[in-house]
Amino acid sequence: MSEPTAARDDDSAVISTRGLTKRYRGGQLAVDALDLTVPRGSVFGFLGPNGSGKTTTIRMLLGLIEPTGGTAHVLGAPMPGSVRQVLPRIGALIEGPALYGFLSGRDNLLRYDAADPTADPGTRGARVGRALERVGLSAAAGRKARTYSLGMKQRLGLAAALLQPRELLVLDEPTNGLDPQGMREIRSLVRELSGDGITVFLSSHLLDEIEQVCTHAAVMHRGRLVTQGTVAELSAGARGRLTVTTPDPGDAARVLKEHGVTDLVTDGEEVTGDPPPGDPAALNAALVRSGVRVRAFGLRRVSLEDAFVSLTGEGFDVAG
Amino acid sequence: MSRAEAPPAGAAQHPAPTVGALWTLGLFRSELLVTFRRWRTLALLAVLAAVPVVVGLAVRIETRDGGSIGGGAEGGPAFISQVTNNGLFLVFTSLAATLPFFLPMTVGVVAGDAVAGEAGAGTLRYLLVAPAGRTRLLAAKFTAVLAFCLVATLTVAVFALVTGALLFPTGEVTLLSGTSVSFGEGLARALAIALAVAVSLVGLAALGLFVSTLTDSGVAAMAATVGLLITVQILNAIPQLEAVQPFLFPHHWLSFADLLRDPVYWDGIVKNLGLQAAYTAVFASAAWARFSTRDVTV
Repeated sequence: MSEPTAARDDDSAVISTRGLTKRYRGGQLAVDALDLTVPRGSVFGFLGPNGSGKTTTIRMLLGLIEPTGGTAHVLGAPMPGSVRQVLPRIGALIEGPALYGFLSGRDNLLRYDAADPTADPGTRGARVGRALERVGLSAAAGRKARTYSLGMKQRLGLAAALLQPRELLVLDEPTNGLDPQGMREIRSLVRELSGDGITVFLSSHLLDEIEQVCTHAAVMHRGRLVTQGTVAELSAGARGRLTVTTPDPGDAARVLKEHGVTDLVTDGEEVTGDPPPGDPAALNAALVRSGVRVRAFGLRRVSLEDAFVSLTGEGFDVAG
Repeated sequence: MSRAEAPPAGAAQHPAPTVGALWTLGLFRSELLVTFRRWRTLALLAVLAAVPVVVGLAVRIETRDGGSIGGGAEGGPAFISQVTNNGLFLVFTSLAATLPFFLPMTVGVVAGDAVAGEAGAGTLRYLLVAPAGRTRLLAAKFTAVLAFCLVATLTVAVFALVTGALLFPTGEVTLLSGTSVSFGEGLARALAIALAVAVSLVGLAALGLFVSTLTDSGVAAMAATVGLLITVQILNAIPQLEAVQPFLFPHHWLSFADLLRDPVYWDGIVKNLGLQAAYTAVFASAAWARFSTRDVTV
């Protein structure tokens, strides 16, 4: 599976796949010729509805599933051939946390750390303590993990990913099942880790989550990569559309056109268009000056969701 | 982050992680701890500990007015008629009573759950990305199951010894061949027998581990292993199947009694060791072949 002669495509890429394919034994094509490049230092959002092949891809990157075609390089080494060299430098949260319910939170971390042959047993206790502190679980460290709430389990899973200094964090649906407060905490932790120089590979089916924390993103759909790039590129043209609600749509459209608004569409009492660069407040002032009665005035952002729908022609919550 | 171990931002140089030979033993220790801290393991050991106590009490109650046991020496497990003369025989009786089903059943449960249980709970994927290493993890699992074989057997033996010593007289031990040896030598032979019984379970342990790599359900693997054990024990008891019986893993299990002869009769014991070694070689290899290549999708 590994080709020692294959040159690394790009030294700045933390993850790089070429034609990565997984066909399960039943014949189901889960991942189809994936070419993915994750730049070092990015917070990379891996987007797609449930069943689009995200988790299979992540499992191939981590050596849990063997690809049926193509190659994957992680931290410059071929996978799954180099798991022993590569995985100690990666922290991972895959499809939710999995814990030993009969062990305490601390003992769970001690067990996972003992599984890593590169982890120094001399510093194990201290590292476990720091990881617990980092996710805010120090106080509950002695409790049996089965008594933890879902949010606490998720945090303990994150603590396991942070037991050692990592170069790459792979977080598969890290906010699944969390309440809004828990989601916020995870997002701020991701930003903090990214600030430390760790590349974060984050899969999600929640678009606003990706928009809020990611610098780059890739979109999966039915096992194929639809697009990848910076978040700014993906929601290109995301200047947003101007929307004016008024009982005088005809006058409004005329005034807006005079002030450089293009692609005007009038629908009942609503007038929308692409505004020119500059402060939109000036447009509102112009409308009022011309005697147009404005009921509502605003810019509606083009979201990543709009971008996704236009890319796939489907709503986002459709399983592939 | 104010931690000293913060990784160099965007570091281009990342030396391959070093692996200390001793550090890799941490997983074996961790595996033993996890196995023996499971409530289920402790419950199984408690059941095993109760068997000799119950047998001892039953014999004691039945013989308290000086009568003999049941319908003579042929009733009940081996050696039970000697228990009233020497408490040490409760060790042999208890091992003979638990070896056909009880003892191997507990081994089947622990071995069957070893990999499948971790897969079912999802902890397997985290051990593998730690990375525990598939071969190393399997070796640690097998070691823990072997440790359980030993601990389970010793649990029966120790509880039998204590119960026997409390309820019955002890002293010189009359061997099966009629010669008498000191109580000390009797104890040494009891220990040797416990070890022989523990080794008898190794083949089943390897079989259970293999079954455990085939499924993601711990319960299914446990049930399959125990089911196999029962099936094989039944086959081993059907006279018409004499031709295949020497190849069944429990066929020489009761050979441990030959350690109570003077001189020791090694034939059956050696055959048992060979059979267990063969089962271990076959099923440990099969477990490794399966586990090192399988896709972990749970």
